[in-house]
Amino acid sequence: MRIALLADIHANLEALDACLAHAAAQRVERLVFLGDLVGYGADPVAVLDRIRPLLDAGALALRGNHDEAALFGPTGFSTDAATAARWTAAQLDAPARALLEALPLTINEDDRLYTHADASNPADFRYVTDERSARRSLGGTAARLTFCGHTHDPMLFGLGAADRLALHRPPADVPMPLLPSRRWLAVIGAVGQPRDGNPAACYGLLDTTAATCAWMRLPYDIAKAAAKIRAAGLPPRLADRLFEGL
Amino acid sequence: MTDAPTIGGFVLGEEIHRGGMASLRAATHPDHPGPILLKLPKLAGGEDPAAIVGFEMEQMILPRLTGPHVPRCHGIGHDPMPFIAMERIEATSLLPLLERLPRPIEEVVAIAAAVADALDSLHRQGVVHLDIKPSNILRRADGQVVLVDFGLSHHAELPDLMAEEFRLPYGTAPYMAPEQIMGIRGDPASDLFALGCLMYFFTTGRRPFGDPQRLKGLKRRLWWDPVPPRALRPDCPPWLQETILRCLEVAPAARHGSAAQLGFDLRHPAQVGLTQRAERLARDPWTTRLRRRFNPDHQPRLARSIAAPQEDAPIIAVAIDLDATTPAMAEALRSMVRQVLATVPGARVACLNVLRTRLLLPDAETDAGGHNRHLQRLLDLRHWSTPLALPDQRLTHHVLEATGPAAALLDYAAQNRVDHIILGARADGLGRRVLGSVSAEVARDAPCSVTVVRVR
Repeated sequence: MRIALLADIHANLEALDACLAHAAAQRVERLVFLGDLVGYGADPVAVLDRIRPLLDAGALALRGNHDEAALFGPTGFSTDAATAARWTAAQLDAPARALLEALPLTINEDDRLYTHADASNPADFRYVTDERSARRSLGGTAARLTFCGHTHDPMLFGLGAADRLALHRPPADVPMPLLPSRRWLAVIGAVGQPRDGNPAACYGLLDTTAATCAWMRLPYDIAKAAAKIRAAGLPPRLADRLFEGL
Repeated sequence: MTDAPTIGGFVLGEEIHRGGMASLRAATHPDHPGPILLKLPKLAGGEDPAAIVGFEMEQMILPRLTGPHVPRCHGIGHDPMPFIAMERIEATSLLPLLERLPRPIEEVVAIAAAVADALDSLHRQGVVHLDIKPSNILRRADGQVVLVDFGLSHHAELPDLMAEEFRLPYGTAPYMAPEQIMGIRGDPASDLFALGCLMYFFTTGRRPFGDPQRLKGLKRRLWWDPVPPRALRPDCPPWLQETILRCLEVAPAARHGSAAQLGFDLRHPAQVGLTQRAERLARDPWTTRLRRRFNPDHQPRLARSIAAPQEDAPIIAVAIDLDATTPAMAEALRSMVRQVLATVPGARVACLNVLRTRLLLPDAETDAGGHNRHLQRLLDLRHWSTPLALPDQRLTHHVLEATGPAAALLDYAAQNRVDHIILGARADGLGRRVLGSVSAEVARDAPCSVTVVRVR
């Protein structure tokens, strides 16, 4: 089965549509949204309207820290992020709030765990950025494969038989083998606000039959998404960073 | 009737081979016609952890490889035990040849050229083999080489599990490149070093660096130069010694720019640029070796990566139509070559001219004025290329005798793994209308990029 993993959409409708169209062309049978559907971007309601029928059709979605901040107010956010969270909260209508409130923090499916952040304590939204944090997350679940987002920075951690953990930087668009003899933690890059220096939208294309995951990178209309952010009166830095992928 | 055991749908047959790290069994599968080999890791107690990781590496790499120089992968699996199913190649390895060394020079050259072809194909797919040795080289009846065992290999795009798990270098002692011993994986030149060791061994009957069993002995090859092959085998031609010793250079960058360039030299002995390497009959004096031994700068470093495999060392063929080339076209062709060389300084240039032979009438070797036509063409080609000011190692000249220029150029490009053909457009006129355009035919059928140069 082919599964599209979409993390950190951040209310970027243009990036989301680019990824959904590409995933459909890849004959993806399942969509999994790994949290942070909203926040930062200018289209929170439109993004949730896009996702709602997909959920009705069987897609899975998780709650991220920005989704939580839009519901309950930002805590520990940077100034720009907090400004965006308060702006987002003001945009949400009742159906949008209901959608976000219903989202779980993690979902288990076969040998896979979907989570927004560190799996050892999903409600704490800790980053997985290095060997140490990856080991902590892998220690928090029995699932062989963990898929998360949150850092906006593609990474793949493999845990071998000798308990050695290694970090790989997955190249764009190349199916990476997730050997069944190992445990893997895949950090999927962001759909709506990449931060690895590559401004292209990123989503994970998982093939459970071939046991591979590819970090797909797609161009999208950054200028349009950025213009909407500026027009909404959100911090201009949130528009500028989309062009840089930082 | 007893049911034969199956793994992942593959029906197991007899055991073919039991090695230190894995065993090979014959197998069949209803969906895959033809003989199949199933590779199974040795998982019994006390196993070498490298055996498991090497098996995982091969499970990742082999399914991603294509072409005639690797066994086709029919699938991998893990249930109920890990396996790799691959095409069973009807070929024997080079191992039996070791029983009768040294080998005839022509045989060494033919084998080495075939291995260079296989390495070129592998390196273009982003993979460094890192365990090139006689037992991992299979030779088909037609001489084509198939490489096997990718357990130690490095793939440019995949996680390098070997590098992560082990600090000590893995490889086969007699064939390991200096940089590999220093823990550098991922330089395709390491495979050229191993092939150089094999050529040396087959030519002289002696391994250039012996078979050391400890790291200290392995590291000796960083400063200890081998006896020049011609001192051990007087009939080893200077060009072959030049080629072997260039493969055995300590610095990866001092070896051939690519496996294709090495294969090119092996197929064009007369065109190999000879340096002092070709004439040496003794090793460096002990003072020189000692200076290398204690010189901290004499250590290979990873200055290159395979991420862009061999893109920096292409073979460029320039076809010059000596009969019809105007001074303007000659300069336009040189200008195009200079442009390409500016972006890829590791490129080498083969200057080609096609000398038409007639099908029915045997051609006189000398023209009416008594000149040797072939030789005259070579002189003309050199005259054309002199302004490029390229060193001999990067510039060769070839007069191809053929009935049709386009077919000759295309054959040459395919045989020599040419990356880029540069040729001039034929001027308008009767010839083009009647005969068609050579450049159009070459551009349509070439196995590589083609640039057609036009004078404006």
